[in-house]
Amino acid sequence: MSKLRIERAAAPLWAKPLIPIVAVLVTFLVTSVLIIIAKANPVSAYYHLLIEPLSTRFSVLEVLVKSTPLILTGIAVTVAFASGYFNIGAEGQLYAGAIAAAWIGSTFVNLPAIVVIPLMMLLGFLAGVIWALIPALLKIKLKVDEVVTTLLMNSIMVYVVSWLLNGVWRNPETGAQQSPEFFEAARYIKLAAKSRLHLGFIVALVVVVIIYILIKKTPLGLKMRASGASKAGAQFAGINVNRTMLVAALISGGIAGLAGVGEIAGIHYHLINELSAGYGYTGIIAATLGGLNPIGVLIAALFIGLIGTGSLNVSMALRVPVYLGDVVQSTLLLVTLAMLLLQNYRIKRI
Amino acid sequence: MLAVEMKGINKTFGLVKANQDVHFCLEQGEIHALLGENGAGKTTLMRILYGLYKADDGEIFINGEKVNIASPKEAIAAGIGMVTQHFTLVPTLTVAENIVLGYTDGMLISQKEIEKSVEAASQKYGIDVNPAAMVKDLSVGERQRVEILKALYRNARVLIMDEPTAVLVPQEVDVLFESLLRLVKEGLSVIFISHKLVEVMAVCDRITVLRDGRVTSTVNKADTSQTELAKMMVGRETFGVKSQSTKCSGNAIYELSGITLEGKHGKKILDNVSFCISSGEILGVAGVSGNGQGELTHVITGLICPTSGSIKIEGKEISHLSPGQISDAGVGRTPEDRHEGTIGELTVAENLAIENLKEFQKNGFLDQKRIVESAKEKIKEFQIKASPNDQLRKLSGGNMQKVVLARALARKPKVLIASQPTRGLDVGATEYVRKRLLEEKENGTAILLLSEDLDEVLALSDRIAVIYEGSIRGIVPSAEATPEKIGLLMAGAG
Repeated sequence: MSKLRIERAAAPLWAKPLIPIVAVLVTFLVTSVLIIIAKANPVSAYYHLLIEPLSTRFSVLEVLVKSTPLILTGIAVTVAFASGYFNIGAEGQLYAGAIAAAWIGSTFVNLPAIVVIPLMMLLGFLAGVIWALIPALLKIKLKVDEVVTTLLMNSIMVYVVSWLLNGVWRNPETGAQQSPEFFEAARYIKLAAKSRLHLGFIVALVVVVIIYILIKKTPLGLKMRASGASKAGAQFAGINVNRTMLVAALISGGIAGLAGVGEIAGIHYHLINELSAGYGYTGIIAATLGGLNPIGVLIAALFIGLIGTGSLNVSMALRVPVYLGDVVQSTLLLVTLAMLLLQNYRIKRI
Repeated sequence: MLAVEMKGINKTFGLVKANQDVHFCLEQGEIHALLGENGAGKTTLMRILYGLYKADDGEIFINGEKVNIASPKEAIAAGIGMVTQHFTLVPTLTVAENIVLGYTDGMLISQKEIEKSVEAASQKYGIDVNPAAMVKDLSVGERQRVEILKALYRNARVLIMDEPTAVLVPQEVDVLFESLLRLVKEGLSVIFISHKLVEVMAVCDRITVLRDGRVTSTVNKADTSQTELAKMMVGRETFGVKSQSTKCSGNAIYELSGITLEGKHGKKILDNVSFCISSGEILGVAGVSGNGQGELTHVITGLICPTSGSIKIEGKEISHLSPGQISDAGVGRTPEDRHEGTIGELTVAENLAIENLKEFQKNGFLDQKRIVESAKEKIKEFQIKASPNDQLRKLSGGNMQKVVLARALARKPKVLIASQPTRGLDVGATEYVRKRLLEEKENGTAILLLSEDLDEVLALSDRIAVIYEGSIRGIVPSAEATPEKIGLLMAGAG
């Protein structure tokens, strides 16, 4: 008689594509209960969540719009995490980039787009770098835990933004809490007519490619991966782990800053308090779901963008509370994360 | 009547057959050695007897009665005690508390009473312990005595000792053997797991040799010899590697002087360590583990800066350089712990290249082709059983050590730091590494060998420095070094 045994080894290749499918099925079962309680049909809820967003041109583009900041924050987090630096501060760094962009975009009225857009990206990147610099220095000089400091820097940023919007940037006439409107040349071009898809999406894809090459193909990338996988081993091999971590932390901050530039120059055209819907934090999920592999992170960000778009549809179409869409979204992410663990096991007949 | 009889024991872990049809008998009042290389299945067999593993099939008899031992608790109830390599004592409790732990009646414990009862047991079995001492203040040898007494206190009639001498200095080994011989006379039966032939021949009555999970043979000590046992153990005669050269120290190429490292509260972890090594010489550092070897390795390899003192290679000061700079200066380094000194998540090829990335880049990018090519060469040269793109952590200890060695030797260092080069390796890999070290020495490399295996230090070194509590107690030419002499220095005497 043959028995089955679960052992710790890489799952067979054919099982890997099944994981997201099974995750969706499990989530379906778990959340169906809630959807039924809310007096809606679970099947149509799932249709609206996962299929409908892909059924029209507009909503497909909208998925890409939603994914754009997540790709960037996901990659930002990936660069840091892969190097053993746990940057939880992408949210704050995103706003730092947005502040820089808000200033450029409303100040240099006479510059042409070809100058002002790169300038804005550069300064947005630098602003993210500067906001990431403080916790990174604390980490490598004084060994202060970066998880705590980067998180706290996010809180500080909330007040910095609030101070700007209630101070210098408060609209003197209406009293609205938003920075001055972007002039035309400073706005990201649209990539498709009648949609919100903007240049930021291309920027995100380019960043994915650059970071992929950086991590996989360059000496710095190898040093980063080494530092992330084993600090002691990297140190022994003569790598300056602190310097590597610092570089990674700053690149991470800069990329998160670019996400902020994109949101303001591509969508809102002025700084507001609610510029980011927690993209810095969701980026952590995208990075983890994507297995800290830039390509994986891209796919994960698109997936999160999809269910983000879909969950709005669900609540609108079925007249269930908006929160239900959020619950489905969160459950799906949790289940998928849990399912990823299964990659490390296989069932054996003995 | 047999104290223990194990019949037809089989145990499989995944694909590995750890025990195959093992038959093992322990007579009353004998010391019976279980001899075999690492991974031969000795510990697995004993863990089955002690109820830590469950055999796939097979039968166990204690005093002629068939038993089913499903947990250590049941093993203890059946009169079996086990002293493992890694002690299971609670450091912050006293000796007496540790001994009675889990073996008390009632709700309350009277410190006085348990100390008295432990004192009585100590007298009865002739095992000297101080019941009121905290375990964390005890030496390794003392802790082991506590473990033995703990087993006896639970009325063990059979005592399993898993490589009991691995952590002891020679003098402590003698004390242990005396105690065991006396206890056996009083009726205790002992199973003595070891891979050290000398010990087995010194203290055991019968010897069961395991190889690849099977019993090769069970012999009486009187009918066998070390050479024969070695043959049974590894299937061929080994143990042939021995340093022949007695080259004297010529011009020192590598020199440590006055290296001192202060820890917290100003305690000197390394105290004025000085020695020199010349080209083509092996200087062995012997010592019981935890006497500063780890810190010395860290200082020499650049992981920590010494508080004071200097390290020079060819007259150039390197004591405050980073690991990378030390490597650039011509010091090949192997880590004390091969898992810590390598990056398991990266591939074999990447691990081989990472110490010298400058050589493996083209236009700012990694030269993947050269990295893999060079790894292939190393794999062939060092007989590493792996391919360049395998993750390092999937390699066995021996192959990992070869990777570490290949990396250290890749840049033709003038000085090689070999720290615990064969710890945990099987006989084949151990022999390879030792041979390789001797080859390097013949090629003129100055080698610093830090090892807790005294036999290894004695076999390979030209001179032997003994470290005790962070200071060098003496440097002895290998011709004058006897295990007794070195042992005395290691124990801090003389």
